[in-house]
Amino acid sequence: MRFTLLMWPGGGMAWYVCKRLLQGVLTVWFIATATFFAMHNVPGDPLLNDRAMTPAIRANLEARYGLDQPLLNQYLIYLGNLARGDFGISFTQENRQVNDIIREHFPVSATLGILAVVFAAAGGVLWGALTALYRNRLPDYLIMFLVILGISVPSFVVAALSQLGLVSLNNLTGRSLLPVAGWGSVYHMLAPALVLGLSTMAYLTRLMRSSMLEIIDSDFVRTARSKGVPPALIFSRHQLRNAILPVVTVLGPQIAVITTGGFVVELVFAIPGLGRFFVEAVQQLDYTVIMGTTVFYGAFLVFMVIVVDLLYGVIDPRVRLQ
Amino acid sequence: MGVRHTRCRQPAAADRAYAADAVNTSLQTLFRHPCLQSRRICLVGSGSMRGSGELMYSAADFLPAGERRDAHGISRPSLSYLEDAWLRLKANRRALVSLYLVIGLLLFTIAGPWVWRIDPAAQDLDQVSQPPGVDRAALIVPEYQSWDGSGPEGPLHVVGDATSQSVRLKWDALPGANGHRVYRNVFPVGPELAYGMPLAEFYNNAILYHEDRLDLRPGRYYYSVVALGADGAVTDNHQTIPVDVRRVTTLAEARERGLSGEQTGELAVGDSIELQPHPFGTDYLGRDMLARLMAGARVSLFIGIVAPALFVLFGVAFGATAGFIGGRVDQLMMRFADFVVALPFLLFMILFKIAFGIGPGESGVMPMLVAMVVLLWPATARLVRGQILQLREAAYVQASQLLGARTNYLVLRHMLPNTLGVVLVTLTFEIPKAIFVEAFLSFIGMGVAPPTPSWGSMSNEGIATMLTTPHELIFPALFISITVLAFNLLGDGLRDALDARMRNAG
Amino acid sequence: MNPQPAPARFSVLGQLALYALYTVAGLVAIVWLLGLAAGSTGSAVTGGAIDTGNNAITIALRTEPPQLDYGRATDSISLTVLFHTVEGLLTYDDNMALIPGVAERHEIRGDGATFWLRGDARWSNGEPVTAHDFVFAWRRVQDPATASAYAFIMYPVKNAEAINRGELPPEALGVRALGDRVLEVEFERPTPYFDKLVAFVTFYPVNEAFFQSTDGRFGASADMLLYNGPYVMNEWIHSASMRWDRNPDYWGGHKGFIDTIHVGYITQDVNARLNLFKDGQIADTQLVPQMLGEAMERRWQIDRSMDGTVFFLQLNFRDGRLTANKNFRKALLYAQDPVEFVYKALKEPSYMPAVSLFPFWIRGAEGYFRQEHPPTPHEYNVAKAREHLELARRELGLETFPPIHLLADDSPLGSISSEYYQAVYTRNLGLELRIDKQIFKQRLAKMDAGEFDIVVSGWGPDYDDALTFGDLFSSWNLNNRGRYASPEMDALVRIAQSELDPVKRMAAFGEIQDLVHEDVVIVPMYERGWSFVVDPRLKGFKRRAVGPEVDYTYARIDGRAAD
Repeated sequence: MRFTLLMWPGGGMAWYVCKRLLQGVLTVWFIATATFFAMHNVPGDPLLNDRAMTPAIRANLEARYGLDQPLLNQYLIYLGNLARGDFGISFTQENRQVNDIIREHFPVSATLGILAVVFAAAGGVLWGALTALYRNRLPDYLIMFLVILGISVPSFVVAALSQLGLVSLNNLTGRSLLPVAGWGSVYHMLAPALVLGLSTMAYLTRLMRSSMLEIIDSDFVRTARSKGVPPALIFSRHQLRNAILPVVTVLGPQIAVITTGGFVVELVFAIPGLGRFFVEAVQQLDYTVIMGTTVFYGAFLVFMVIVVDLLYGVIDPRVRLQ
Repeated sequence: MGVRHTRCRQPAAADRAYAADAVNTSLQTLFRHPCLQSRRICLVGSGSMRGSGELMYSAADFLPAGERRDAHGISRPSLSYLEDAWLRLKANRRALVSLYLVIGLLLFTIAGPWVWRIDPAAQDLDQVSQPPGVDRAALIVPEYQSWDGSGPEGPLHVVGDATSQSVRLKWDALPGANGHRVYRNVFPVGPELAYGMPLAEFYNNAILYHEDRLDLRPGRYYYSVVALGADGAVTDNHQTIPVDVRRVTTLAEARERGLSGEQTGELAVGDSIELQPHPFGTDYLGRDMLARLMAGARVSLFIGIVAPALFVLFGVAFGATAGFIGGRVDQLMMRFADFVVALPFLLFMILFKIAFGIGPGESGVMPMLVAMVVLLWPATARLVRGQILQLREAAYVQASQLLGARTNYLVLRHMLPNTLGVVLVTLTFEIPKAIFVEAFLSFIGMGVAPPTPSWGSMSNEGIATMLTTPHELIFPALFISITVLAFNLLGDGLRDALDARMRNAG
Repeated sequence: MNPQPAPARFSVLGQLALYALYTVAGLVAIVWLLGLAAGSTGSAVTGGAIDTGNNAITIALRTEPPQLDYGRATDSISLTVLFHTVEGLLTYDDNMALIPGVAERHEIRGDGATFWLRGDARWSNGEPVTAHDFVFAWRRVQDPATASAYAFIMYPVKNAEAINRGELPPEALGVRALGDRVLEVEFERPTPYFDKLVAFVTFYPVNEAFFQSTDGRFGASADMLLYNGPYVMNEWIHSASMRWDRNPDYWGGHKGFIDTIHVGYITQDVNARLNLFKDGQIADTQLVPQMLGEAMERRWQIDRSMDGTVFFLQLNFRDGRLTANKNFRKALLYAQDPVEFVYKALKEPSYMPAVSLFPFWIRGAEGYFRQEHPPTPHEYNVAKAREHLELARRELGLETFPPIHLLADDSPLGSISSEYYQAVYTRNLGLELRIDKQIFKQRLAKMDAGEFDIVVSGWGPDYDDALTFGDLFSSWNLNNRGRYASPEMDALVRIAQSELDPVKRMAAFGEIQDLVHEDVVIVPMYERGWSFVVDPRLKGFKRRAVGPEVDYTYARIDGRAAD
């Protein structure tokens, strides 16, 4: 539905982009507001700690975080800071700016996410093409079985099992082939990225398969075949190219989902990504980090959707032509 | 367009007239369900092709069809939309198996607890983390009495019987020891001097006995007493004995659980009995896994089915309203839906989950449900709105409008039934997602509150014991996988059966 | 549908293989690029758990230290990092005895204390550690602007509480520097355990000039701290890794034998840490009960130690609560058996079933406190419990008991505890317990508000003295969240706080222990411990009950001396 918007009369592309961006800002404001009030609605108190505080210490802390203000004032102050791009100081890591936390840890999540998407896309297209070529024969059944596993086993089980597999692999070979956990080099990324991209890969494989099958039966392929075009050329020129289109379409939203959805993998593989921060922040009721991560991720998602919409027009000539 | 349509476009000679007739059928019939109608033709068409064999054309075939009285009659039995879908579904073996699986799961959930009447919260601490199918024989012994370390002196030995209730060890001070540490192992102590797990340490020689009551299972243990050096460090000076532990239970326990021995009549100390059977084993508190899986199914399937049902319903109402009213209201409503879509789902799920809060004794299912409904409706709303917009422009709807159909009739007769397929398919695909969300929340410790079990929380607990007692992970994870798989395949089948246009849409 | 001739398929596959090749090449390029990018967000440690050649080890921490500004630090991981890198007046040796740190010797009197500082203690920027550093640090802790959550621990120092309330200026704090090397402390009230207090991070020194130069970012990163301990933190990549190098300027030769300690991993996931250990990447790891079977199978030498924390069911004494009734509380006490809970439900060999508010390792006047003042043994007696319950029912004039609210946090242990006790009280007393599972801060808020009957809680020591547990149930202690109040207890706590004669002081603790049992202020559950395994090449590693969680300051690599 969204794509029809691109058929802007008069081709005012700049105006269209501006409008989309404006909508994006509004959306981010909505996210910030929803987060703010949902968070303050959580029973409990972010300042509390195992050791009880004297009223004096408490008052000092409240003043430090501006919690002594009425809620509406806090909200307005927050919006003001947000407009300046300042997310404030974390409640639990009291020395760190939330901006710093995002700046240091989002690249980790993003790196992992990009690699996962690349794995998923490359794997999905390859496997999907293979299954379509071998429809209803052994390779098809084998790959589809793996796909089904990828879709139906919860990610935390997959993550835990794959880590265990790495340990066994290293113990068996007597060498550290791949690191079991941690972050810092290419080798640290491979296993978590595969796990993270697994369900997407499964999804894309299915999509690619059905898309390939549809095209195999299409008129232009039949025409090409009847013209005597060699199968390899048909495959590369017609089938693969056209079958990839729907995959590209769903890839955009999937990128956003993957880069933001790495909690489990980050936890299991001890990766210092941003996802962990959000979960810990909620458990610790760390107001500023909750706000910061939610608004940041929200803005990121919104931005990604806009970019994908615009890119779609570039990729798919049919949209452009209309 | 799919395979069937391709076939449909090459009708056999005998059918072409029929097809042409069908196209000319009165507006009334055709406008009822154009796409369904055409699909019915497909079925018929492909059916007769099978019988007709080779195509033979003659000049007569290209003459205009003559006047026929029965042109408007319907020669085949009329199939309703759902009958038609059912026929298709039945032809799809994978979907059919999935359907049976889903029915089986529902039976397991609803009827299961009536058959397997074990309280899922009942703790059987005699059988903790027990894998399925182990020997359950136990001896009845008197109630536990505390022990003051009395008994015969001598090098490391067991005082009294070694039972799953307690193992009482006594030893003479090892030469040169400044104290002792007691270890227990399930393997013999080898040259590595891996004594096993430390149970207790004594930093002087005043106490030379120890009573082990830590999670004793029937089988062989190797107990070691190791001398401690002057600095309290463990030395190589040790003594090890093997001990065979027998499973026992007390009279009170046996009576409470309603166990009876082989012999009839009153139980007595010394009798041998069989402990309660647990076909799927027990968890870390000795609770029956089967009963917990059934109870967990209630939570997981409840969330998995009711939440999608609610938000899909809301989405349909929202989307249909927006699509039908159109204009400014539509713009406004869809902008709001866009806002909600933009909320990062998992983050808000967690946030809402704790913002709604759980009171004492509540399971936490409701906050999860509400959070899901609040966050997930827009996808359906968009879909339905799109459908409605399309249908509004469809020729048969406009024709119906021209014929004087009222709004109610249009919505109920044309719009909603034609979106039903899309909605059903969406619903089926949302169910596995909801089940995963519940499992995910349980994994990060924000799932249902104890003692309520859910498959997600059970697998999360099972991950910790993955290596020692894998059954605690395998069963709940398997149930999640089967359910997710069944609904996914059923969804595929339904999509094919209900709406061929969506077949390849992903 | 589309039967393709067999030879043609081969070329189709060839085409596909070509694409696969492109993809793989592309992947390698992307991975390589990403690897370059990731270098700045983590650090790859290649030496493995024990690097004998470089005299280095790699370890994992449970969490990122949330607060290394030690004037404001509160948690055990920050304490652990700070214990290795900064030193206070006094510190602990490898057997948990108090030894000199920056202070060579000290004297504690009824009205105050004097610390004589050594001349060779230096900050990592080369400046000497002086008495002024302590004066500055302590004033800063009490300054309301600092908002230190642990300011209360310094309240025994004169005027500290008034300053913290904003009634006096920070300069009024009862601490003075007599020259660079003598620190004079004035007490608000006699504080015989003051030497134990100064080993705590809140009392650590801060170099004023350096602090001003950090511009409010003190403790935010590795270069925003000065070090005077056995190790210097030279690298800190948040939530990913740290590097501690041996401090060449450290004054003593009794600590710090390993040249480099890499904190290579920071993860809460205990399974991930176990896997890292199995893979030979970290030098030690904690073992939870489910891991013990595998640990035995791998022939590891398992060790255990106490964690220091005591867990108990805290009961609510507020008016209108069933638990305010003494017979009801006694019923709760007698109807449960901590031995069964620890050994059957938790299955933890390192935990000890608790019988007292005071853990067994607390020191008394001479030896262990609990040997001098043995606690009343626990009596598991369901019949007796039911009698008390019946008495309570009559006293309260109830037909049946309303449901009891059992508050617990959302940790796995919180879940097991609440599930177990719910079943026990239902089975033995016929009570209906409703579990109220809340996230950490929510549980604390409910505890403060008194919205519970029973709460699963624990108490860990701040310093190595019985008072860290002993004053918990005084009527003025805000951690007494069940609001237990008795004049008798208050009087005993006052003696325990200020009595200078250790024997009389310990006797007061003995009476506190008995009173807690007699009044059933708590239902003791367990003393927490650790089962853990250490790489056999690493010697001298300690886990501690007080202060840091893990201690590598006395650790050395075996066989290192030989080469």
